[in-house]
Amino acid sequence: MEVTAYKTDMEFFVDMQRCIGCKACEMACAECETNGHESMIHVNYVERAVTIQTTVQVCMHCDNPVCARVCPADAISKDDFGVVHTANTARCIGCSNCVMACPFGVPIKEEKYDMMMKCNMCYDRTSAGKKPMCATVCPSQALFYGTREEISRMRPNSTPVNTFLFGAETVTTKVNIMMPKGSTHLRIH
Amino acid sequence: MQFSLNKKAALISLVVTVVCVVVSFYGSRKLQNFDPALIAYLFGTLFALFGGIYRYCVWLQRPPTWLYFKRTWQLVFTGQFFVHGWTLIIDAIKNLLFQQFIYPRGKKRWIAHFMLASGCMAAFAITIPLTLGWINFTLDPATALDPGMIKRYNANFFGFKVMSFQLGSALAFFIFHALTWCSWLVIAGAVIFLVRRLTNAGLIASQTFEGDLLPLILLIIISVTGLGLNFSYAFMKGIAYDFMSVTHAISVILFLVWIPFGKFFHIIQRPAQIGAHIYRREGEKKGMAVCPHTGKEFTSQLHVDDLKTVTKELGFDFTLEDGSSHLDYSPEGKRSLLAKAHLKARQENGKLFG
Repeated sequence: MEVTAYKTDMEFFVDMQRCIGCKACEMACAECETNGHESMIHVNYVERAVTIQTTVQVCMHCDNPVCARVCPADAISKDDFGVVHTANTARCIGCSNCVMACPFGVPIKEEKYDMMMKCNMCYDRTSAGKKPMCATVCPSQALFYGTREEISRMRPNSTPVNTFLFGAETVTTKVNIMMPKGSTHLRIH
Repeated sequence: MQFSLNKKAALISLVVTVVCVVVSFYGSRKLQNFDPALIAYLFGTLFALFGGIYRYCVWLQRPPTWLYFKRTWQLVFTGQFFVHGWTLIIDAIKNLLFQQFIYPRGKKRWIAHFMLASGCMAAFAITIPLTLGWINFTLDPATALDPGMIKRYNANFFGFKVMSFQLGSALAFFIFHALTWCSWLVIAGAVIFLVRRLTNAGLIASQTFEGDLLPLILLIIISVTGLGLNFSYAFMKGIAYDFMSVTHAISVILFLVWIPFGKFFHIIQRPAQIGAHIYRREGEKKGMAVCPHTGKEFTSQLHVDDLKTVTKELGFDFTLEDGSSHLDYSPEGKRSLLAKAHLKARQENGKLFG
C-alpha cells in the first residue's frame, strides 16, 4: 500500500439502467486477487415478478463509510485515496453489522469464513494504475472506469452524481452514478 | 495525530496493573522466587498488561463494540446460563484454541496459523508466570543431599509444589525444552505466512510493512534467538550466548510493548467473535426481520433494532418519512431500491439512457 501507482484522475461511473444482467462482471470480479478470487459484485433482479430489470452494485466507497463506523472490531479502513477496504482478516469477527448497515447493500458475510468481504475496487489492479476487472468486461458500459472527460464525451446527456438521500441521511461517495443531465443527487426514499 | 488520555481506561488499566504487581509480589513469596535476570521482561510484561487493558477499554467504549459486549453478557446471564456457558466453552475451544474458522479460508493458512498461535499461546503460558515469579523450579530437598539418590525437581506455583519430576527423565527433557518446541512451531508458522505475504498478489497490494510483515519478522527473530540460547549452551560451548540473550530480550520487549498497538491486538480482540455467535443465535430465537422489498427474512429483528440505535449514536439517521427506516430493508432490498429510484429519475427525465 505504500508504493502505489493509483491514478487519482480515474473514477468509477455506474449506470444501472444499462445493466443487461449478463453477469460478465461477476466472473471478472472473481479474478480479483484482493478478493481472494471470490466474486464480490452484485447483479440481481430488481423485482422479478413484474420486471426483467436487473441492477449491478459495486462498493460505493462512501466518504464517511457507515460499514467502518458500525464495525465493532475496527476491521474496515479507508485509505488516502478514499478506497474503503474489505475487512481485515485478523480483526473481523463476522458480526454482519456492516452487511446490515451499508445503505447500498454491498458487504457480504461469507458464512464459511465467518468473515465479511466486499469489493475494494480491485485494489491489486487500481493501485497499479489499471482498471477494476468488472469495468474492463462490462459489455454495455453500465460499469465504466476512466476520467471525467472520457465519461462526459461518452454520455453528453448525463451527469455523474455521488450524493444519495436515504430519508433523513445524505451519503456522499467516491463512486458516481450516471443521472439525467443537471441532477445533483439521487433520492432513494 | 492528537492524543487524549481516556481517563476511565487509564484508571482501569492502572488498577489491574497494580493488582498484578501485588499478586506477583506475594505470589513470588515477597520476591524470593523472582528471577532478577528477568527484570527487563517484567517491565515489558507490565507495560503490555497496562497498554493492552487500556486499549481494550478504549475499544469497548466505541458504540458498536459496547453494544456487542453488553448484549453478549445480557444474553448469557438472562436464563439458560448453563446452556450458554457450555456453548461458550465449545466455541472457545473451536475458535480460540483451534481457530477452526481459518480452515475454510485455506488448509495451509490454518496449519500455519495453528502452529503460530499454539506456539505463541504456549510460550505466553510459560514465560509470563515465570517472569512474574508465579512459577519457579527447585531441587527437591529430600533428594538433593543424598548423592546416591536420583535427583528430583519440583515445579512450584505461587510457592506451592504442584508437580515433581526426575532429572534426566523424558518428562524433564520435555519441560525444560518447552520453549524450544514453541519456537519451532512459531518459526514454521511465521515462515509459511511470510512466504504467502511475499508471493500473493492480493496481499502484496494491500499489506503494509509495519502492520503485516514486521510482526512476522519480529516473531521469527524472537524464536530464532530463543533457540539460539539453547543451541549456544547445548552445542556451541556457550559461544554467542550474550549476543543471543541481548537480541532475544530486545525483540521480546519490543513485541510486548507493541501488543496493545499493532497486529498482535487481534489476539485480545478475537474472543469477541464468540459474543457475535451468541448474539446471532439468541437474536434468531427472538424473531427474524422481514425485508419489505423481498419479503424474505434476512437477520434478527434485534440486530436491525440495535443497528438503528448504534447508527444514530454514530451520527447517521436513516429514518424515513413514514417513521420506518432504510435499515429495515435487506441488502438485496436496498440494492433494488437504489435501482428503482434510478429508473424513476431516468423515466421522469424522459430518457432511459443518457
